[in-house]
Amino acid sequence: SISGRVRSCFHILLLYTSRLEHQNKALTHKTRTMRGASRSKNTQILDKRVCMTNCPTLIVTVGLPARGKTYISKKLTRYLNWIDVPTKEFNVGQYRRECVKIYKSFEFFRPDNEEGLKIRKQCALAALNDVRQFLTDEGGQVAVFDATNTTRERRETIIRFAEQNGFKVFFVESVCEDPDVIAENIVQVKLGSPDYTHCNTEEAVADFMKRIKCYENSYQPLDEELDRDLSFIKIIDVGRRYLVNRVQDHIQSRIVYYLMNIHITPRSIYLCRHGESDLNVKGRIGGDSGLSARGKQFADALGQFIQSQNISDLKVWTSQMKRTIQTAEAVGVPYEQWKALNEIDAGVCEELMYEEIQLKFPLEFALRDQDKYRYRYPKGESYEDLVQRLEPVIMELERQENVLVICHQAVMRCLLAYFLDKTAEELPYLKCPLHTVLKLTPVAYGCKVESVCLKVEAVNTHRDRPMNVDVSRQAEEALLTVPDHQ
Amino acid sequence: MMDALPKDFLRRTRCDSAASRPQFTNCPTMIVMVGLPARGKTYISKKLTRYLNWIGVPTQVFNLGQYRREAVQTYKNYEFFRPDNEEAMKIRRACASSAMKDIANYFAKEQGQVAVFDATNTTRERRGVIISFAKEKGYKVFFIESICDDPEIIEANIMQVKLSSPDYENYDKEEALVDFLKRIDCYKMSYVSLDEEKERHLSFIKIFNVGSRYLVNRVQDHMQSRIVYYLMNIHVTPRSIYLSRHGESELNLLGRIGGDSGLSSQGLKYARALSEFIRGQSIKDLKVWTSHMRRTIQTAEALGVPYEQWKALNEIDAGVCEEMTYEEIQATNPEEFALRDQDKYRYRYPKGESYEDLVHRLEPVIMELERQENVLVICHQAVMRCLLAYFLDKSADDLPYLKCPLHTVLKLTPLAYGCKVESFYLNIQAVNTHRDKPTDVNIARKPEEALRTVPEHL
Repeated sequence: SISGRVRSCFHILLLYTSRLEHQNKALTHKTRTMRGASRSKNTQILDKRVCMTNCPTLIVTVGLPARGKTYISKKLTRYLNWIDVPTKEFNVGQYRRECVKIYKSFEFFRPDNEEGLKIRKQCALAALNDVRQFLTDEGGQVAVFDATNTTRERRETIIRFAEQNGFKVFFVESVCEDPDVIAENIVQVKLGSPDYTHCNTEEAVADFMKRIKCYENSYQPLDEELDRDLSFIKIIDVGRRYLVNRVQDHIQSRIVYYLMNIHITPRSIYLCRHGESDLNVKGRIGGDSGLSARGKQFADALGQFIQSQNISDLKVWTSQMKRTIQTAEAVGVPYEQWKALNEIDAGVCEELMYEEIQLKFPLEFALRDQDKYRYRYPKGESYEDLVQRLEPVIMELERQENVLVICHQAVMRCLLAYFLDKTAEELPYLKCPLHTVLKLTPVAYGCKVESVCLKVEAVNTHRDRPMNVDVSRQAEEALLTVPDHQ
Repeated sequence: MMDALPKDFLRRTRCDSAASRPQFTNCPTMIVMVGLPARGKTYISKKLTRYLNWIGVPTQVFNLGQYRREAVQTYKNYEFFRPDNEEAMKIRRACASSAMKDIANYFAKEQGQVAVFDATNTTRERRGVIISFAKEKGYKVFFIESICDDPEIIEANIMQVKLSSPDYENYDKEEALVDFLKRIDCYKMSYVSLDEEKERHLSFIKIFNVGSRYLVNRVQDHMQSRIVYYLMNIHVTPRSIYLSRHGESELNLLGRIGGDSGLSSQGLKYARALSEFIRGQSIKDLKVWTSHMRRTIQTAEALGVPYEQWKALNEIDAGVCEEMTYEEIQATNPEEFALRDQDKYRYRYPKGESYEDLVHRLEPVIMELERQENVLVICHQAVMRCLLAYFLDKSADDLPYLKCPLHTVLKLTPLAYGCKVESFYLNIQAVNTHRDKPTDVNIARKPEEALRTVPEHL
């Protein structure tokens, strides 16, 4: 048919232009979007290359209620998105709440409740349908199917669905019998659920325990023998023990590594920048200068603040740049230096003022405003590169308990984006002013943020995205949002 | 070490591992292998040790079999290992004590951080002895148990590494196999596997059937977490890794380091020769990796197959010395030049990187190389040296001087406990870019001394 031929011509044209585009990118390597620093990935730009390793993955949670499945789903999704793997979670409980507007009681979940079973099955199928859309049509790479999935029968259904659609399946089961952990779970996340808005605490807890009971009889945990051909990780007692079976590929290996490093012990992470530096004062970016007088004041104030917080076993991390080290010195406790925490490398723009960048590199300046996350300074880095090199820092932050990270503006934005689940678009514009400490405390499914400004004056180093990002813009328009400096 | 240098300099060239990565652990760790003979314990021990040393954690293997061979000069037959052989039992226990003493010495006197105790350790009693020893000394203990029932794998193991053991010098192949299988039987009776319940307070990983399944219990710290991650990524499927640099580049011709130039005409010839060579090798499912720099990408393009770009494979960043010739570096930064010669592994170019930094950024590449099967990595001189050092277990001192000439492909094939290396020079002329360590590395040396080992260029 004509439309068919047109379509195929268009397709060939796309292939051809994308190939040229690739060659141009290879040669000029300005705004490289091809990633792969620590993760190998066939990019979509190279259409003519057959994509062999990138079939989407369906992660399927398994476990009784209040075993942390949603906690794990949300956290894993946040992590994968941060490392640039498009991921989305599909919580069957939410589908059920859409379908059955008002939750009456645990009776809905009784195994002999035919009506209930029918609705629940429909909800699962609706969720799977959305999963398919996300992975097949919307460019998703990983979908997390968050439900109890406690019977082998239900899991079989999911496996068949995945096979039909060419998805890999990886199960994440959480097994826990510690009554204290379960009780704490219920208090933290169930009592606040829409299901229990009309109940008081005792009633809610009693009902929820009965709900769990409904699942217990038919629960078939993943079995080393019976399920030996499946790919899964079984997390026992909140990470005390793990059983890992048949990891198929890189992404599953990374997921396993991540899951084995997270914990739920209460703790806080403190993020702040170095004190104001001499180059900050002059409005120059990058470099490796020391602290200004006010910066030193901040370092002292930080030391006092940390003391006052009475934090048990605090670890302090800095970068390998003078200004963070000097700041840590004033805190007066042992600190570890991470090269990975160094500020973004601005390449040819190192130590320049924005005015000078506009003068010498107006094109680059505009390109950066157009896509600040992916833009890479010539001979320097992009925010995207930063996220790559910060991944081991995040992994170690997950392992640790109380930590104070003294870092830099771009670095702090990346870390913050991870904890607060910010997108790549928002990340480079997150506000991380000097002389302000952010205290992050995990709570329920997210993170509580407390901002503590230590009342020491400092320059503002935050440059908002200007209205005009066109390469043909006037210098004034480019410099409109540059903060004041000496 | 060096006298009265400004603090600023010290910061630049500091080499403590805390600088670029977190303190792995403050107390030493004993990794204790567990498993019947021919389950891959020594393979895992050696591989893990090689990996840990490469990432900067001083590690050593203590193989009980070697202690036994010292004590009992000639191996007669499997009867030595019979559980009712009192005499032998005494000797074996003495060997274990001796090994533990050496471990204590390694930690206390030789700055070791990890000791891998490679023995069967198949009884709870023996493990108890080790745990008490470690507790008394303040060492952490992490057990690695390898469980395998597949007779084919076991036999392949025996063929690969046991038959050539000193124990079986005077045996012919069949006899050796029979004797070894009887040896395994001696252990089977008393073998008690790590128990999830009874030993749930211990830290361990159980590896089933060469990695199809793992049971991980109580990972205590960062290092153990990294070890678990590593063990879960390695495999024993036969494969080869091909390492090559990009074809000769324009800057290579001019004797300039770093930069991002394209291939010279010889370099382009090499790219084509590489393509022919690769096709000639008939490699199944070959993955090709390059850096983000033009010269590796151009080289890969000639292959005509899909390739992946890794920023982590970019050449070492020479900072202020980028695109200079050695002569220019000597002229503009003679002190830096000398410092680099004094400690090429740890020296960091101002605003650039050190080899130590390179190793750190290459670690994810190594991890993925372990996961993969047949791979061709097209990279750069310093990068290739780091990767080669990992595969061939070269020390930090040797690493920066490994010879990785242009237009030569190295084919690495895992074999027994190590790696077979085949070198293929593709017969396309190229400049030499290898600068040996000069005899005089003193800051006060004359320029001629410094430039003595600089290879020729335009």
